[in-house]
Parts: sequence; C-alpha cells; structure tokens
Amino acid sequence: MSNAPVDKGRRRFLTVATSVVGAAGAVGVAVPFIASWNPSAKAKNAGAPVEVNIGKAEPGQLIRVEWRGQPVWVVRRTPEMLASLEGLEDQLRDPNSEEPQQPEYASNLYRSRKEEFFIAVGICTHLGCSPQYLESDFAEQVEGVNAGFFCPCHGSKFDIAGRVFSGVPAPYNLVVPPHYYIDDKTILVGQDGEQA
Amino acid sequence: MKKLIAWFDERIPMTKTWNIHLAQYPAPKNFNFWYLFGVLAMLVLVNQILTGVWLTMNYNPSAEGAFASVEFIMRDIDYGWLLRYMHSTGASAFFVVVYLHMLRGMMYGSYQKPRELLWVFGMLIFLVLMAEAFMGYLLPWGQMSYWGAQVIISLFGAIPVIGDDLTLWIRGDYVISGATLNRFFALHVIALPLVLVILVFLHIVALHEVGSNNPEGINIKKPKGSVPDEEKPKFKFHERFTKKYDIVDAFPFFPYYVVKDLVGIGIFLFLFCYVIFFAPAMGGLFLEPPNFEAANPLKTPDHIAPVWYFTPFYAILRAVPDKLLGVILMFGSIAALFILPWLDRGKVRSIRYRSGFHKVNLTVFVISFVALGYLGLKPATEVYTLFARIFTFLYFAFFVLLFFYSKNETTKPVPERITK
Repeated sequence: MSNAPVDKGRRRFLTVATSVVGAAGAVGVAVPFIASWNPSAKAKNAGAPVEVNIGKAEPGQLIRVEWRGQPVWVVRRTPEMLASLEGLEDQLRDPNSEEPQQPEYASNLYRSRKEEFFIAVGICTHLGCSPQYLESDFAEQVEGVNAGFFCPCHGSKFDIAGRVFSGVPAPYNLVVPPHYYIDDKTILVGQDGEQA
Repeated sequence: MKKLIAWFDERIPMTKTWNIHLAQYPAPKNFNFWYLFGVLAMLVLVNQILTGVWLTMNYNPSAEGAFASVEFIMRDIDYGWLLRYMHSTGASAFFVVVYLHMLRGMMYGSYQKPRELLWVFGMLIFLVLMAEAFMGYLLPWGQMSYWGAQVIISLFGAIPVIGDDLTLWIRGDYVISGATLNRFFALHVIALPLVLVILVFLHIVALHEVGSNNPEGINIKKPKGSVPDEEKPKFKFHERFTKKYDIVDAFPFFPYYVVKDLVGIGIFLFLFCYVIFFAPAMGGLFLEPPNFEAANPLKTPDHIAPVWYFTPFYAILRAVPDKLLGVILMFGSIAALFILPWLDRGKVRSIRYRSGFHKVNLTVFVISFVALGYLGLKPATEVYTLFARIFTFLYFAFFVLLFFYSKNETTKPVPERITK
C-alpha cells in the first residue's frame, strides 16, 4: 500500500467517467431488447394488398376481407343509405372528414371513390373492437337514420360513411384504407393506385 | 439435530431469521378476520406458481396451437382439467383476497405513517398482478382473450403523439397476433412472476421493519422504559424489537397466529374447492362464455367485458365520452390509491375512532367500487352509463373529500393501549 495522499478530484473524475460510460453501455444494450418487439419482417410482409371482387355484391351487402390481419369492409350502399348521409352535420363529430382518417380521394361526403361502394377498416377508433353493421336497425341507436355501424363494446356509433356521431367514446371517423378500382368489378385494398 | 442446526447457524442466519420473523416476532394480540387475507394471498400465489408451471408443460404458445392445447389439457391430460381450473379459479381468488386485504388496510389506516412504503409496495404488487392476469387471459386464445387484449392494448393508443407506435410495438404486429401471444406468454410465466415474488418479499420486509397495524390502530411499541415489567407480555420477543421499544399487547407470530391462519386457510380451501369442482366458470364471471370459441380476428363478440376483477376500472373508462380522458381517469383511479397515504392527513388510523363522515365516505367508496364492478359487466346502455358516471364521480370524491376533512377531523379519543 502506498501512502500517497488521496487525490479527490481525480477520484471524482474517474467515478463520473465510469458512470457515464456504464450508462451509455446500458442504453446500448437496451436497444436490441426493445427493438426485438417491433413487428418482424414477416409481419410487415403480410401487409400486402388484397383484391376484392365486388361484381356479385347485392345492394346493402357488406363484404368482409382481411388486410394486414384487420377486417376491411366493402359495403354496397343503396340510394336510401346515401340519402341518409345528408343533413347529419350537427350530430357528427367530424362531418367534413377533416381528420386524416382517409386518403385524399375519399375526403368527400361519401368518404369513398365511388358513391356506391364504401370501403373502411372495420375497427372502432375507440379501442379496436369491430363494430356491427346494422343494415336496417340503426334507427334504434340514432333516430331517423336507418343504416350505420354500432360498436357493441362501448356504444360508439358511425353513419354509413363511417363518420362518428358525437357523444360517444370513439374520437375519430372509421379509417378508409388506401384502395383503387382495378376494373368495375375488382378493388385492390392496400394501394392508392395510379389514379391517386 | 442440535449439532446440525448449529452447523447451519454458523454458515447462514437460519435460527436468527426464524426468530426475528416468526417465533419472536411481536404481532398485536387483537387481529381479527380481516387479517387472514395477507396469508391467503400468499397461499394463492403459491397455487398459481405451482399449477402454472404444470400447465406450461402442455401449453403451446402459438396462434395456431394455443386454443387446441388448452382443450387438450382439459380433455386428454390426466387431471389436466383440475390443474387448469385451480389456475383459473386461483386468478379470481387472488383478486378476491387482494381486494379484501386492501379494504382492511383502508379501514384500519394501515397505510398511514409509518407504513406508507408498505402500502406502496402493496400497490405495486396489485399493479403487477393486474398485468399478470391480463396477459394470462390472452393465453387460451379464445374470443374474449383476443378482443379483451385488443381493447386494453388500444388504451395506450390514446397517448398523444407516440400512442399508435407504442401499440404497434406492444403487439409486434398490426393486430393482435401470434407475436403478441408469444411475448405475453414469456412475460406471464417468467418476467412478471419473478417481479411479483420480489415485490412480495419487499412487502414483508417492509412490514416486519415497521410492525403490523391492528384493528384499533394503536401503536404496540411504547417508549423504552415506560412500561412496568408486570404489564409486558410474558413472551420472549427478539431483541431487535425490544432494544428500542417496550412491546405491549402482542404475541409471537409463531405459533399463535400461524395456528389461527391455518384455520382461516382451511375455511378458504373449502370455498376454493367448491368453486373448482362445482362452478369453475362461476356463471361466466371467472371464465367467460365467448372464450370457449377460438379467437377470430374478423369478428368481435356482441358484448365485450373484461373478467370481473377489472370491471370497476373498465366502467370508469367507459363512463367518459372522450378517449384520452377516459384512459386518464381509469389510470387515475389506481394512481389515487397509490398516493392514499399522503391524501389522508389524519392522525387517527382506525375507522373505529374516526368521524362519522369518514365512515360514510369509506362506505360510499366501497359501494361505488362494487357498483362500478357490476356496471362494467353490463352493456353500455344510456341508463347504465349514467349510473357509471355517478359512481365514477363518487369513487374520486372519496379521495378529494378525504384530503380536505382529514386535516381537521373530529375523532374519538384513541386509548393508550389495546386492552390492559
């Protein structure tokens, strides 16, 4: 043991320096642990677009397809349904679709490329349940509106263009996924297409 | 035998630990029925670990195999049904005893100084227990498992800016999938139980440092030298406790309270076994009917409700017509319990000596909690939502009122001693 006097400043410097290096190391080690929770390459690939054949859809029918593991709805709306969208502005939270819940080409009253077909991700914007499609019984939920979507989990209500009613827990309109018409009978969900 | 014990005692503090924590640990002599729930919680924890390990031996944590492997355990493994029902009933029993244990603490002021940290450790146990139960509920991969997890994980989506990325990170996929199931399995069987056991250990260390409270809320540690010898209990307590204080009105924990706890354990096991053998699903409360159907990501069940022990908090979430605010209030309802030791500014612990107003306040709180639990099971109709809002208000009112009246509360005089 040497009897040299303790150099406090030097000791302090070494303590701080080792602590800082150690902390940086700990942060570095945390990266792989945290990053491994991100979606895997496989999960990302499963997000490929899907084709939907709408040639045989009856008026009022809802077709369910899976895209990225989520339910996507294609509803062929009747003229009465389309008419019901008018004049609801006061009861809706975002009647003009100002929130970015849809691609630009669906930012209209019908929230779709073609009035007749409504395409949306069938997941409630509140907590991710899949709302029910009430083709003719929706008036029980909102007086005077015959068709819409009702989320059984927490009672959120959407009109037939997926616009959310006010006074329910869901904050936003239903999401309209990117999509385009390959031809009159086929929709591709997951891509905007060249028309966009 | 004596030689063997001596051999160990020279190498590890075996007899010393036994004496400090059991044979010479002073416990107040007036414990009642409410003091059983701590030991019962430990019993259930052991049950969960033991049955859980055995279930793991036949469970398959994958989206393709999980549901089938649970059916396999139920039908094809000898006594597999019993192990699973012990585990699923144990989960509910855990919350029953923990809620009663917490109520005991609230009634007798067991969270007040100097037991604040003890209470906080307890709350951390409660929090980890909720995470543990939630992740365990996904594993059978039934409809309710799937959609319940979907709802709860989406709660984090309410956080501004990072919410969506956070939920994606938790799920490891764009929806709940096999990736989510696998990580929940890992957390449920390894990470969280480990944390839970460590927290229980700290909870008990903290308890034995400050000593148990009792139904009278009277301190059994008196200043050293203030108690005449003839008034001291005729038991030997470890000098760790008697060094600084004179201990009054106490027994050693072993054998007196161990025997009492064994009677309580016996009664508890009767009830526990009754549920396991005659009502394992408890009419849809412990195991929900939609969960007997395999998870289907494309179809939400008509009515989603979490398992009963989450429903009070779930009802609070639903009562608020705003996503972010609902999530804040729900987490706030638990956070308020965390800071209870600092919200209650009263000096008197036990409800027996506190004001009538406090008794009413606590009663209303308990009623609100139970009512919210009931409402959380029901569909969100207008009437139910209105009631949920009223009881949510009363739930929070308990804490706000307590903070204000506890400072200058009219209390009854607290006796010096439990009894002479």
